[in-house]
Amino acid sequence: MAARSQMALSLGFHIIFSCIGMVMPFFMAVSHYLWLKTNKPVYKNVTKAWSKGVAIFFATGAVSGTVLSFELGLLWPEFMKHAGPIFGMPFSLEGTAFFIEAIALGFYLYGWNRFNKWFHWFTGVVVGISGIASGILVVSANSWMNSPTGFDYINGKYTNIDPIKAMFNPAWFSQALHMSIAAFAATGFAVAGVHALMIMRQKNINFHKKAFRIAAVFGIVASILQPLSGDISAKMVAKRQPAKLAAMEAHFKTEEYSPLIIGGIPDVKNKKVDYALELPGLLSFMVHDDFKTPVKGLDQIPERDQPPIAVTHYSFQIMVALGMLMMGIGVIYLIAQFKKRNWFDKTWFLKLFIAATPVGFIAIEAGWTVTEVGRQPWIIQGIMRTKDAVTPMPGIGYSFYLFTAVYLTLSVAVIFLLYRQIKMVPEIYDNTKPSTH
Amino acid sequence: MMLYVVILFLWLALLLYLVMGGADFGAGIIEMFTSKPNKMRTRQTMYNAIGPIWEANHMWLIIAIVILFVGFPVIYTTMSTYLHIPLVIMLMGIIARGTALTFRNYDAVIDDMQKVYNKIFVYSSFITPLFLGIIAGSAVSGRIDLHATDFMSAYIYSWLNWFSVSIGFFTVALCGFLAAIYLIGETNEASEQKRFIRKAKLMNVAAVVAGASVFAASVAEHIPLIQWVFGNIIGIAAVSLASISLILLWILIYRGKRYIIRVLAGFQVTMILLTTTYKHYPNIVILKNGGYLSLINDHGADKTIVALGSALLIGSLFILPALVYLVWSFQRKPQNIKDQH
Repeated sequence: MAARSQMALSLGFHIIFSCIGMVMPFFMAVSHYLWLKTNKPVYKNVTKAWSKGVAIFFATGAVSGTVLSFELGLLWPEFMKHAGPIFGMPFSLEGTAFFIEAIALGFYLYGWNRFNKWFHWFTGVVVGISGIASGILVVSANSWMNSPTGFDYINGKYTNIDPIKAMFNPAWFSQALHMSIAAFAATGFAVAGVHALMIMRQKNINFHKKAFRIAAVFGIVASILQPLSGDISAKMVAKRQPAKLAAMEAHFKTEEYSPLIIGGIPDVKNKKVDYALELPGLLSFMVHDDFKTPVKGLDQIPERDQPPIAVTHYSFQIMVALGMLMMGIGVIYLIAQFKKRNWFDKTWFLKLFIAATPVGFIAIEAGWTVTEVGRQPWIIQGIMRTKDAVTPMPGIGYSFYLFTAVYLTLSVAVIFLLYRQIKMVPEIYDNTKPSTH
Repeated sequence: MMLYVVILFLWLALLLYLVMGGADFGAGIIEMFTSKPNKMRTRQTMYNAIGPIWEANHMWLIIAIVILFVGFPVIYTTMSTYLHIPLVIMLMGIIARGTALTFRNYDAVIDDMQKVYNKIFVYSSFITPLFLGIIAGSAVSGRIDLHATDFMSAYIYSWLNWFSVSIGFFTVALCGFLAAIYLIGETNEASEQKRFIRKAKLMNVAAVVAGASVFAASVAEHIPLIQWVFGNIIGIAAVSLASISLILLWILIYRGKRYIIRVLAGFQVTMILLTTTYKHYPNIVILKNGGYLSLINDHGADKTIVALGSALLIGSLFILPALVYLVWSFQRKPQNIKDQH
């Protein structure tokens, strides 16, 4: 249990650090592009301010990633012994992508006024692209745990290993797409929220407005695309991991016209969901594209193979609800754009974005909980149970406390640093006179 | 065939981590042993020297670890089970060091927090290579006991012994030496250069002492180190070449040959790694019962090795030129980087 908690904690932090680290370079590159094209110094200032953020998040993402590559073995030796050669391919490519990212970041951060300006800009783009590539590769490794392929499992032996096939396992595309879009949505909203707050406080308005727009557009486009990828993901889960889908939906009974259950409190003992909104046939439709075909419920899955239902269900509901919320805010933004209304000065509009700052990341954590907890009791779906994979070393509890302390300190430090960066915007990045609107 | 490509990459990744990451750690160690009035200066020189490449330096460790867990899962999992504790300490060092370095460079406000970052940075720069060395030493010290029944002998004595700890200190001294040699070439001020030369001397002496302790420990703990090093022609040749290059290095230091001495220092590390790995190759982990884990026998599926080898070859086509260009372009135009921020 301590091993699980430690892994969950490490991944939970890493997912935030690395999402921001892989998406912010794109914001930075866009702003940089606008500076090169328009020659407006404000874009250069935004770029520089963001590049500091990228550097901070890259460093924390890199160290937390390094730690994870060891933790896999420290906590799950039995899993890694067998799975390493099968699903390791994306990791080795990820190492390459990550390396390129580090090199490009070196060029970018230290390259102002040293190189051809377009070459310099290009290294910033490379940071973003290799960041996304690493993200996709890592998710591909995770998706293998959900849909293991590329080997034969006969009498407890893993034979006929094909790492390439394992990398392109059936779930890799849907999961990678869903995660990448989520990263853009969450980071876009988070960054936009911070800048919205500064606009509302009437600080360096021009600077923060420019920054807000770039981040918000990324976040909004991503949040509107997300339901599509969510649908693809859900269909994949239905096919490969019916237990997970059933838990997500708290879908206890296999029946025709399976209902879509929204909200509610799953009552595991009596196998029903209280206070939920049930939309008959909709689950069948979402999974099978027709309203009648039954969707496999928890009654057809042996209890020892069922994931924790309540956690999975709640997490899923939270993720979907927050995703919808972000999409809603996105639509409002688009209306503002379309009607050419200048809502940027309106407090309610800014407050909306400020409130949405953490929403994307809560949704990511919830979604990640769905995919990880929903896969339990398996570490490799249908092949190896999590309890069989854990390290034999006693006292992992202490290690968990240690890591908890470290990650909490790290988060506090990162927030502290960002706060100081933002506070110093007037002195460092935008020392023009308080701009008029 | 591909297996040898993979093993070569593993060895190269270790070497590059030891040389580049080592010099990086060493910079923190040098800072630790620098008197207060000079600290600020050293820090500035160090920052200019490693700023652009430090992230890349540490990627070599990730490459090495990925090669291990993809290609040699049994070796990876055995080490991460029985050397759990030193690995965790090393990881803590890596986290602390990486973040402290970044934080102190990117904190927008310069105040007393800098002192905190500095403290964390120097201590973790010391601890990380210390435990890296301990882990490396433990792998070959024959203390890993797969049949241990009690906690102490399975998870503590596997690494807490004279031999491994001596190797840890030897690694620390080596890192400090590399950094001192590297930093000599990064400054144009005579007084600072002198200071770095003194540090190089200090680290050289420390390395000799720690090295002697390693040999003494190997005799006391019945580890055939002397046989590994001097029992074969490659070992003797490598040791002799390293010694000659060390003498050469000390002659050239006083003639101001800033780049050649770097090459010589890197060469020495290469020779040291070669001697210590050559004789017991391909047995990378030596166990208590006399058994061992071998790179040749204990590797993953053949298809995996082929894919891994190809990935490494293709990856290095991208990485190496970019890395060389990165190092070269920041060497070419040395200027005060911090001014740009």
